[in-house]
Amino acid sequence: MSPRETVILDEPAIGRALTRVAHEILEKNKGTRDVALVGIVRGGDHLARCLQQRIQEIEGVELPLGSIDITMYRDDLASRGSLPVGKTELLFPLENKNVVLVDDVLFTGRTIRAAMDALMDIGRPRSIQLAILIDRGHRELPIRPDFVGRNVPTATGEKIQVQFNDNQQPVEVRVCKP
Amino acid sequence: MKLLIKGGRLLDPANGIDDQLDLLIEEGIVVAVGVGLNEDDAHILDVSNRLVVPGLIDIHVHLREPGYEYKEDVLSGTRAAVAGGFTSVACMPNTDPVNDNKTVTSYILQKAAEAGLANVFPVGAISKGLKGESLSEMGELGEAGCVAMSDDGRPVRDGEIMRRALEYASTFGLPVISHAEDLSLVSGGVMNDSFVATELGLKGIPWVAEDAMVARDVMLAEFTGARLHIAHVSTRGAVEIIRAAQKRGVMVTAEVTPHHFTLTDEAVRGYDTNAKMNPPLRSADDLAAIREGLADGTIGVIATDHAPHHRDEKNVEFNIALNGIVGLETALPLTLRLVDEGVLTLAEAIDRLSSGPARALGLHRGQLTAGHVADITVIDLDARWTLNAAQLQSKSKNTPFDGWSFKGAVSHTLVAGKLVFDRLEGRESIV
Amino acid sequence: MSFGHKHILGMDQLSADDITRILDTADSFKEISAREIKKVPTLRGKTIINIFFEASTRTRASFEIAEKRLSADTLNISASTSALVKGETLEDTARNLEAMHPDIIVMRHGHSGAPHYLAERCNFSVINAGDGAHEHPTQALLDLMTIRDKKGTIGGLTVAIVGDIAHSRVARSNIIALNTMGARVRLAGPRTLLPTGADRLGAEVFTDIKGALDGADVVMMLRIQQERQGSPLLPSNREYSRFFGLNPDNLQRAKEDAIVMHPGPMNRGVEIASSVADGPRNVILDQVENGVAVRMALLYLISGGEKMAE
Repeated sequence: MSPRETVILDEPAIGRALTRVAHEILEKNKGTRDVALVGIVRGGDHLARCLQQRIQEIEGVELPLGSIDITMYRDDLASRGSLPVGKTELLFPLENKNVVLVDDVLFTGRTIRAAMDALMDIGRPRSIQLAILIDRGHRELPIRPDFVGRNVPTATGEKIQVQFNDNQQPVEVRVCKP
Repeated sequence: MKLLIKGGRLLDPANGIDDQLDLLIEEGIVVAVGVGLNEDDAHILDVSNRLVVPGLIDIHVHLREPGYEYKEDVLSGTRAAVAGGFTSVACMPNTDPVNDNKTVTSYILQKAAEAGLANVFPVGAISKGLKGESLSEMGELGEAGCVAMSDDGRPVRDGEIMRRALEYASTFGLPVISHAEDLSLVSGGVMNDSFVATELGLKGIPWVAEDAMVARDVMLAEFTGARLHIAHVSTRGAVEIIRAAQKRGVMVTAEVTPHHFTLTDEAVRGYDTNAKMNPPLRSADDLAAIREGLADGTIGVIATDHAPHHRDEKNVEFNIALNGIVGLETALPLTLRLVDEGVLTLAEAIDRLSSGPARALGLHRGQLTAGHVADITVIDLDARWTLNAAQLQSKSKNTPFDGWSFKGAVSHTLVAGKLVFDRLEGRESIV
Repeated sequence: MSFGHKHILGMDQLSADDITRILDTADSFKEISAREIKKVPTLRGKTIINIFFEASTRTRASFEIAEKRLSADTLNISASTSALVKGETLEDTARNLEAMHPDIIVMRHGHSGAPHYLAERCNFSVINAGDGAHEHPTQALLDLMTIRDKKGTIGGLTVAIVGDIAHSRVARSNIIALNTMGARVRLAGPRTLLPTGADRLGAEVFTDIKGALDGADVVMMLRIQQERQGSPLLPSNREYSRFFGLNPDNLQRAKEDAIVMHPGPMNRGVEIASSVADGPRNVILDQVENGVAVRMALLYLISGGEKMAE
């Protein structure tokens, strides 16, 4: 790890944050009825699976879980080039679902905008909620999370990295200074 | 007025001369050749460190006038000729109207006289309108100044017509120049029929299209005993047919263009329309055979097939681009490359560009002994330069050699003792 | 993640990695065509002009669907409506196209090299939708995608291409692409329909369909153009079908699980017997479906330009 990097959450801390978020989701939705989890590829999809496990541990119910790739919905094709296109897997109908969109870091809000557009093209959920592990601020769009693991004030140039192990379990969150 | 060309190395292949010799010219005629000549009242042209050779002769050019003056005219074409060291050119009859009657011949000669640069020797059409159906009035054409007969640009398809053309032309001592191509075998092809054509998805012209027609015409020459000249040889087979015929005593001569001894069909890659010719650029094997033919004298003539085309006729899809390139201003440096590569001696190279062509068409030129017309080309063998197509004297700039670097350049061109091109001045000038 | 290609002019410009990337991307795009709303905003605001100097139904339709599913603005110009019939040069056509500021031109042209001409002179990207007898790269890519779908891999397979190899841009592109991907290619047809130097194309050449089919994993039949019949190249369709047509009998020489492909449109009873065309081994409709996905992938990758992503 370079001296410019600082660990702000370790594995247990991430675990506690996710457990709390799982509880908040259940609380807000008054249980598991019609709730579905959709993670944004890549990172959000791993976290969504973690949340699904925790909710199953708490309530004994396996929530529908999907993943959504937003590459085709990005607004920065010209500046970022053709990023690899990931897989969207939504094997359940979105109609009448309260979809909890899950991502690792919330920054400008553009990724969430793209994900909501992508969801709307695939179906018509009753509502969309947003669960985020790290909210680092600097929003460029009127988007706010419903569930936050940790608020981390950052400078624009800094980067937040959520590290996953080979089993796609989150192990660390780092801030990297430019 | 007298002119003394002093200090140069005189190379006159026809007479076996290669020495430090001066030339004295009077009234357009060489009057003396000797060591250290002096003449008090002569204008002196100092050609120290230069090669002095008989004026180069290109027996295959398209001057495009009358009819296609937007591509070239007699003035611009002869300007290109003298810039390329050519003192004489023979121009093909596929103009509009076709040079199949003495009026057109006279018109061309009048334009050439007005230009006052290179000698122009018109070639008359074999058949009226180049249609291959009935013979043109060759007797009158010869009288008017035509030096040979050809339907160049297209073959004489009908064997009977070609037989009679050879017989009739020989009546007047005129050689026939054959554009040898079996069109039914060409069958819409646009480049050499080869693997390159397969890769590029272009329709090929097989070598047999040329060989078959060369064989027919050579046999007709043998049968009739007439003089035949094969234009722009491009295949190994054609070289071999001609070589065998010459051994049998058939009166057949042949020419090759600088592009056919320099480039192969690989030049077509990228769909470069300046590599589109007829006959097409052939394979490396054909190129080797052509060079052998040049070296052993089977091919006694280098001729350019100077074919100016407007940019709009080349800047199109390969299939529909017109055939040919300009050649007058690149022939000498491309031939000198053969000398550098050891294919030809310098004397052979100069022979193929001067005395060889003169022999093929029976022109009284191509030699520099006393009594001959003082058509002279002075060459700076060491000059290094790069071709910029935009600066060609020709009206058209269609050349695949743009940007090529060369060694050897024309320094002076004199026609009948008159200086018509001086490289240092970058343009023609009159003494 | 730069794709590194501004134009797609031929398979000769694409490496095995490029091809794999295109096919992987196409796999992802395939899902969109199965949705209820078959549209993503990826190329919103991009202008794509499909200019077809030769008649085409399926290639043009396939490109147009691909473009629309990516939300590009598309415009079709065909030879019958273009100024070309009035004698406009390709250079003037190019200038006029450029003045419309398109991002991509999809071009089909009867002359080999025409898309290269455009690509050399213009700022927009050019995708070759078939040029003369030269190349048809998107057809080869959709064929590769279909083979990979059905066989799991391309390398090591034996692919027999049968028919008018000499005049086929589909064959040309497939031969190059299959070689790049490590397949063994066989060509079969009468000598008149084999190109000069066919043996140098990186393929084994047969003048007998049976030998070409022996143990093949993939059989690719080419369309016999109607005008070949009675030309110096081919005496009759009847004789062609007897000696070079694919039928249930000779297909038995191929591997049991061999697939049968055809770029379409088929001449039933000429190069392919109806019973084979309708048989269980044919993947012709998969080819059509994959055509849309492959073209979406290409349009997407080309649009990312040559810029590097973070």
